[in-house]
Amino acid sequence: MLDIHGLNQRARFLQAVRTFFCERGYLEVDTPVRLPVLIPEANIFPFGSEDGFLQTSPEMCMKILMANGCSKLFQICHCFRKEEIGRFHLPEFCMLEWYHGGWDYQNLMEECEAFIRFVAGRMAVEQVLFGSGDQLFVRGRQVTLHEPWDRVTVAEAFDQYADVDVMQALQEDTFDRVLVEKIEPQLGIDRPVFLYDYPVQLASLARAKQDAPSVAERFELYIAGIEIANGFSELCDPAMMRNRFIEELGKMHPDKQQRDVPETFLAWLCRYPESAGIALGLDRLLMLMVGADSIQSVVPLNWEDLQE
Amino acid sequence: MYTASDLRKGLKIQIDGEPYIITDFEFSKPGKGQALYRTKMRNMITGTQFTNTYRSNDKFEKPDLEERKMQFLYAQDGEYHFMDTSTYEQIFLTEEQLGDNLNYLIDNMEVEVLFFGERPIDVSLPTFVNLVVTVADPWVKGDTSGTDTKPVTVETGFQLQVPPFVEQGDKIQIDTRTGTYITRVKE
Repeated sequence: MLDIHGLNQRARFLQAVRTFFCERGYLEVDTPVRLPVLIPEANIFPFGSEDGFLQTSPEMCMKILMANGCSKLFQICHCFRKEEIGRFHLPEFCMLEWYHGGWDYQNLMEECEAFIRFVAGRMAVEQVLFGSGDQLFVRGRQVTLHEPWDRVTVAEAFDQYADVDVMQALQEDTFDRVLVEKIEPQLGIDRPVFLYDYPVQLASLARAKQDAPSVAERFELYIAGIEIANGFSELCDPAMMRNRFIEELGKMHPDKQQRDVPETFLAWLCRYPESAGIALGLDRLLMLMVGADSIQSVVPLNWEDLQE
Repeated sequence: MYTASDLRKGLKIQIDGEPYIITDFEFSKPGKGQALYRTKMRNMITGTQFTNTYRSNDKFEKPDLEERKMQFLYAQDGEYHFMDTSTYEQIFLTEEQLGDNLNYLIDNMEVEVLFFGERPIDVSLPTFVNLVVTVADPWVKGDTSGTDTKPVTVETGFQLQVPPFVEQGDKIQIDTRTGTYITRVKE
C-alpha cells in the first residue's frame, strides 16, 4: 500500500503525463473498460465479465475513435490480463496509449523520448524524484536520458547478443526465449534503447515495411532491460487485418479466449487514417523513475492488501 | 501435477526423478510474446543449482516428500541415527547431509526428518534449542574494561558469542537459523 509520499509521487507523475499530451494538443479520452469482443491476441488471456471481457488494452476503442475523425488521442486506463504476475507484471495495471494521425513509428520513437524526458524533468522540478531528471537510477546503475537514445533492429540485436539469428529462432520457436534470456538483459543499460523492425510474423497490428516486407514497423522501448512501451505504424488495410486475425485465432486457447473476429472493428478500419500508436506501461515507468524494484510497490493498493 | 503458472519461490517440484526447491523465480513476457517462467532451483539431494526457463504449458510432478517426527539416538562412524517415535523404525543421515545442524544436535532431540520416497534427505531442527555451556571464562563482576560479549563452547562443541554473565554449566537458548544466543534458560 502506498503511503502519502508514494501517493504524492504517483499523482505528480500522472499529472506530468497529462500535461505533456495536453500541451501537445492531444485529446484525453476514456473508453469502456468492459467490451463485448476483443482484438485476437494468442498470448493474452482476458478476464470474462458476464457477457463480455475486461479490456486487455484500449487499442480497439481508441482506433474506432480515430476512424471516426480524431487525429491525436491519448488515454490513461487500467487494463486486465489473466495469469500475468511478477515483479514487472500485475493482472490489473495502468496503461498509457496514444495515437497520432499522419505519423509513422519513427515519429513516435522521437515523441516517446521527449515524453519520458519531460515527465522525469517535471518530477525532478517538483522534487518528487531523486536527481535532476536527466538520469534514472536502476539497481545501483545510472541510466542517462540524454539524447540520442540507441536504436537497434531486432535482427541486429540477435546478431549481437544471441547465438542464433532471428530467422532461425522463429523457425525453432525460440524467439521469445532468446529475447528474454539473452537480449533483453542487455537492452537500455546505460541509456534507453528502441528495439525496432520486428519480423512480420510478430507484427501484431503493425504494417509491413514497404521496401522490406519481411519486417514490420513495430518497436519496443527498453530501459534497464525492462520493456516499457510498444508502438507501431498502424496497419490500416481491413483485408490484411482480417487475415492476421484469422491466423491469430487459430493459435488461441479454446477455453480461455474468445474466438470471434471483431467485425465492428474491421468495419471501422476502412476509415482508419494513416497513423502511429503506442502503448506504455505507466506503473513500470513510475517504478524506474522512483527507483522501486517492483511495480507492486508503486500502485496505491495491491490485491493482497485487500484480501481477508 | 504443477503447471508453470504454479511456480514460485519455495515450491518443491520433481524433475527427472529428483526433488528440487525453487530458490528464485521471475515471470517474463516479452511484448506480445509468450509467458516465460525463469526459474532457479536447487536439487534437494545433491545441492546442485540449476536454472531453466519454462513455458506455461510445461508440467511438473509433485515430489513425494514427507516430514516425519524422529528422535536423535546416537552417532557412529559419521552416521547419525534417528528413530521414528511412533513406529520405532530407525534410519541414519550422514555428517554431510546434516551440515550445520550438527552444531545443535544432542541425544534424544526431536527433529523433523524429510523423506523423498523412502529416502531420508534432510532434517529440520526446532528453531530454538537449549544447550549446556561446557566451556566459559568466568565473569568478573564490575569488569567494565572489555567488550559486551565473550565466546563460549556448548555441549555439541559449537562456539558462539554470549553476554558476559553466562557461566559454565548454564543452559542457554540458541536460534538454529542464525546460530545466535537468545537467552539464558533457568530450570
